[in-house]
Amino acid sequence: MTYTLAELCIAAAAEAWRGNGEVLASGIGLVPRLAASLAKASFAPELMMTDGEAYLVEAPVPVGKRGAYVPQVEGCMTYARVFDVVYRGHRHAMTGPVQVDRFGQQNISAVGDYRRPKAALLGVRGIPGNTINHINSMFVPNHSTRVFVSGEVDMVSGVGYNPARLGGGRSDRFVDLRLIVTDLAVLDFGGADHAIRVRHLHPGIGFDQVQAATGFPLEGRESATETPAPTAEQLHLIRNLLDPHDVRATVFKENPPGDRRRAA
Amino acid sequence: MDKTMTVREMVGRLKSGATIGIGGWGARRKPMALVREILRSDVTDLTVVSYGGPDVGLLAAAGRIRKLVFGFVSLDSIPLDNHFRAARQAGSFETLEIDEGMLQWGLRAAAMRLPFLPTRAGLGTDVEGLNGALRTVTSPYDDGEVLIAMPALRLDAAFVHVNAADRLGNAIVTAPDPFFDELFCRAADQAFVTTDRLVSTADLGGFPGARHHLVERSCVTGVAHVPFGAHPTSSGPDYGFDFKHLKDYNDAGFADWRGRFVDLPSHDAYLAAAGGAEKLAALPLPVF
Repeated sequence: MTYTLAELCIAAAAEAWRGNGEVLASGIGLVPRLAASLAKASFAPELMMTDGEAYLVEAPVPVGKRGAYVPQVEGCMTYARVFDVVYRGHRHAMTGPVQVDRFGQQNISAVGDYRRPKAALLGVRGIPGNTINHINSMFVPNHSTRVFVSGEVDMVSGVGYNPARLGGGRSDRFVDLRLIVTDLAVLDFGGADHAIRVRHLHPGIGFDQVQAATGFPLEGRESATETPAPTAEQLHLIRNLLDPHDVRATVFKENPPGDRRRAA
Repeated sequence: MDKTMTVREMVGRLKSGATIGIGGWGARRKPMALVREILRSDVTDLTVVSYGGPDVGLLAAAGRIRKLVFGFVSLDSIPLDNHFRAARQAGSFETLEIDEGMLQWGLRAAAMRLPFLPTRAGLGTDVEGLNGALRTVTSPYDDGEVLIAMPALRLDAAFVHVNAADRLGNAIVTAPDPFFDELFCRAADQAFVTTDRLVSTADLGGFPGARHHLVERSCVTGVAHVPFGAHPTSSGPDYGFDFKHLKDYNDAGFADWRGRFVDLPSHDAYLAAAGGAEKLAALPLPVF
């Protein structure tokens, strides 16, 4: 069964929430949201999820126009309560950083000199609190040395495994970075001292290609396996239930196939 | 007791150099009529505390901000506000950029009349050191953990927008999320509320509708009846955000925008310029 790169990334990113238990699955952005939804709709029904606004729902709400669909509300999740969940640690968020460094520190605030940035972005949002309180993963649709920078990110918005920044009584015991899903590979923090490691290479992508697109040395050259293809059941859920209007086709330019060897 | 007043009277109580808090979140339930009134006044040099949306964009573009205390500025479905970005990239104002939860903590500390509240949020990031305003505190108990002491964000004035209110200052928010408007009101010396509907106390919602009561009226200084006072931001469940208007705002030059939608003689003139009350009442609620 053929599948697109977006569908491959959704299925790969869903794995981030496997075995987390009853946590609030927050997928920020289209692919993370569909990934969290896929996890909940298949192997992790225990996950908690919102309608994207202020209510907890029993089943993931589809993306885009809902037609006759009515969200099945099971509870309340205002922003104030989201912060309470963050502090309690019952959450796993997947977000989209603008820069990531070898420690897993991420930047969503500003690129360039902080006083007069070349690009003012969103601001740190809730990333500082998220990353020091609960599980986090990331989705990067454009794996390149512009995103995966050498040295530290320009403005450290999210905590990573950088011992220099969490010494002197600052507790890192809740820092828990899991996956970084990109358009080339699936990375984790399973290297030496939480170093970033290639766990999976997307079909048709080689380790050297991923390394060349990354500004710091990657581990996993020998151990990386191919990213598992989405199953027929997963594709059915994505296409018919979670994203019936195929909004995911807009994630990557020209909506490439998941197996890049098919591109030609 | 009658706390009703006009937005002009509210802004008339504001002095240059003041610290103000603006309720709402991004492009949701922002007291935009009040923000436009600030732009028409000569009040400037403001320290602005906000979960930022077009309120921050307009104040920044108009050069009224001395310092911005924020976690983000966004127009929701339009991720980045171009007016904010231009001013920020030009270094037009100081920043205290903090985590969203730290902003809540600062407001809560002020609301509780405490000097600070401890938090882990911000530790190990550039939030901790870059702004120069944050200090740490060491737990006095055996754990000895080092935490950020988020300083109280005391406000001279808070501005929020609600669905309904009475003349006494009882405000009702029936939108899905009250955000942190309660804390903005509690953290402020004076809190000013604009409301889509001004109703009798009996019509506020009674029981169990009073669960939507934002804050006890002792924290509310003034109430202004401003139908569609949040436009172009949303005020669910009454009206959604005006996506086209927000997009036009984001793409426009500020001087042009100001002439078309800010420098107008009355709120009625604004509503007419924005397409009329009938159109605004029909703005669909956003689907996220």
